[in-house]
Amino acid sequence: MTENIKFVQGNEACVEGALYAGLDFFAGYPITPSTEVAEQMSVQLPKIGGSFLQMEDEIASLCAIIGASLTGHKVMTATSGPGFSLMQEALGYAVMAEIPCVIVNVQRGGPSTGNPTHVAQGDVNQARWGTHGDHAIVALTASNHQDVFAVTVEAFNIAETYRTPVILLFDEVIGHMRERLVIPEPGEIPLVERLRTSVKEGVDYHPYLPREDGRLPMSDFGSVHRYNVTGLYHDMWGFPSDNPKIVHGLSRHLMDKIENNAHQIAMVKEYYLEDAEQILISYGASARSALHVVVSRRNRGEQLGLLELQTLWPFPAEIVRDRCRNARSVTVVEMNKGQILEQVKHAVEAPERVFLANRVDGVLINPTDIRNFLRVIQGRGI
Amino acid sequence: MAVKDFLRERFFPHLWCPGCGHGTVLNGLVRAIEELGIRKSDIVMVSGIGCSSRISGYLDFHTLHTIHGRALAFATGVKMSRPKLNLIVPMGDGDALAIGGNHFIHACRRNIDITAIVMNNRIYGMTGGQYSPLSGYGAAATTAPYSNIDHTFDVVELSKAAGATFVARTTSYHPKEITKYIKKAIQHKGFSVVEIMSQCPTYFGRKNKIGGAVEMLEYMKDQTTPIDSKAKAENPDLIERGIFVEKELPEYCEEYEKVIERAKGGA
Ligand SMILES: Cc1ncc(C[n+]2csc(CCOP(=O)(O)OP(=O)(O)O)c2C)c(N)n1
Ligand code: SF4
Repeated sequence: MTENIKFVQGNEACVEGALYAGLDFFAGYPITPSTEVAEQMSVQLPKIGGSFLQMEDEIASLCAIIGASLTGHKVMTATSGPGFSLMQEALGYAVMAEIPCVIVNVQRGGPSTGNPTHVAQGDVNQARWGTHGDHAIVALTASNHQDVFAVTVEAFNIAETYRTPVILLFDEVIGHMRERLVIPEPGEIPLVERLRTSVKEGVDYHPYLPREDGRLPMSDFGSVHRYNVTGLYHDMWGFPSDNPKIVHGLSRHLMDKIENNAHQIAMVKEYYLEDAEQILISYGASARSALHVVVSRRNRGEQLGLLELQTLWPFPAEIVRDRCRNARSVTVVEMNKGQILEQVKHAVEAPERVFLANRVDGVLINPTDIRNFLRVIQGRGI
Repeated sequence: MAVKDFLRERFFPHLWCPGCGHGTVLNGLVRAIEELGIRKSDIVMVSGIGCSSRISGYLDFHTLHTIHGRALAFATGVKMSRPKLNLIVPMGDGDALAIGGNHFIHACRRNIDITAIVMNNRIYGMTGGQYSPLSGYGAAATTAPYSNIDHTFDVVELSKAAGATFVARTTSYHPKEITKYIKKAIQHKGFSVVEIMSQCPTYFGRKNKIGGAVEMLEYMKDQTTPIDSKAKAENPDLIERGIFVEKELPEYCEEYEKVIERAKGGA
């Protein structure tokens, strides 16, 4: 159907994915290169009776969506590096209080104000470790608009399934580039809805007592169960506790619910890996250039393959190890100083065969850059 | 309902020191809600971090104990997503006006229907007696060992200037006023601020050699006076108690309903 085909920016594809997933509450603060997400939300949400809020800063934006999630809504905020830095404390709150929410970071160059209108992928480790304390986190990314749409829907599904914040780590090229997007029919992509408690009014409801499958049914603020939510370590009632057993148990639960399901959360795309002697590993905009190199080299008979990561955290180490087992070389293509490179080295059996092809000057790494790196890696010189 | 029907007895004893003014606020607040007859399930209490912010955990409402200074931002999300709920946000003076100052003025400006209660003990109680923006010039605190050089500001004037549509002040020496003003604030449609001057005998009282809770309460009685009183005319240094602002302006959630109508192509 033609009305389902759009020619949009990646930021708009993200908005479309969020709406498809059932988002009806967004709060944000403008920042390049993510601003179009907020602008589109302000256009679309009121039309469906949803809420759009422009808050006084990014801290308030994330706090506001956490509040709205507690009343039973699917919620999101969007930002870029500086704003993402400001959000870190509230992000940890969402981890601790187990609040489903989605946080988009359309990356720019950093640190500080950095390179606002240019591309980078330097926030990968910040997404993992930006908030303080031991914790697990989910971060997803994509390299084209159809995938931006799909991983956005998936982000909401994961947020609801595991009661966790999910980070969407896009980049300036993906955010601003225009491309075709086909909006799937309703029902085409399955949606995970809020798991609500079946405990009746008047019966004790324990907001932080996991079921046998590890999931915690929620009760909307404003409905019959009144309970406490806190960022302190807390017991099954949600009441603060520093009892070592409770602290240990909760800390483990918060890690385990993500890490033990890493295989479910792992999303990758594989291109020509079956017989690949040289493997490129990439993600986001970098993966577009990597794919271009792989396809052109395949045409010349070279056994090159691409493993594109869509899940960055928890790092899909098992898949990486398995696919790279027989490779003569593994080259990580990214636009930072090797943030995923370190993960890959850690994951594979032969870290000495892992190399980096990167660019950190605000310019999209292009196929020629990658080819030049490969020549050096192969000892052929540029 | 009796006061105890509003308490989560499982979570007691509370952590406040003997003589702390925060308990008086809790009492006055519960009485206000009881007198208004609001259902407990229709109330969401959102607090930040501090001794004062612990008030939420002890009360049998939907309670959201958040991070330092950001309670109003969380509350804004709750209110916007379910406008029918009554939002009450108790905050310490540091929580509301140092780290949370920006959220405070913007919540006032939006005129969103939330009741903010500033429990002003002029000190950081929870972290052990450092000066707050409300300590005032010349006060002693653990981080002002040579006397504080930071000037204070007036919560009432700040709230007025920022656009709050209901602003009142009283003290923990005046529990009946606490109940009266909180009641009015909750009934008020729009952003309301109730400043309650409260005592921290453990830190402010001791550091400033005012004495214990009794002396601090005496001090609050002596240093305050009703708005426009004769006493104020005679002694301009007295701090006024009462309702300073009570006006009707469009409320934020209702305004947003109009946005929805316009977006859908209606009026
Ligand atoms: C981001 C952050 N900074 C600092 C703190 C430490 N802290 C906890 S409570 C508090 C101040 C409490 O003072 P106030 O808000 O006036 O409340 P009171 O304890 O006096 O009731 C501070 C500085 C914190 N929890 N979070
Ligand atoms: S330290 Fe001060 S504010 Fe905190 S509980 Fe004790 S008296 Fe109250």
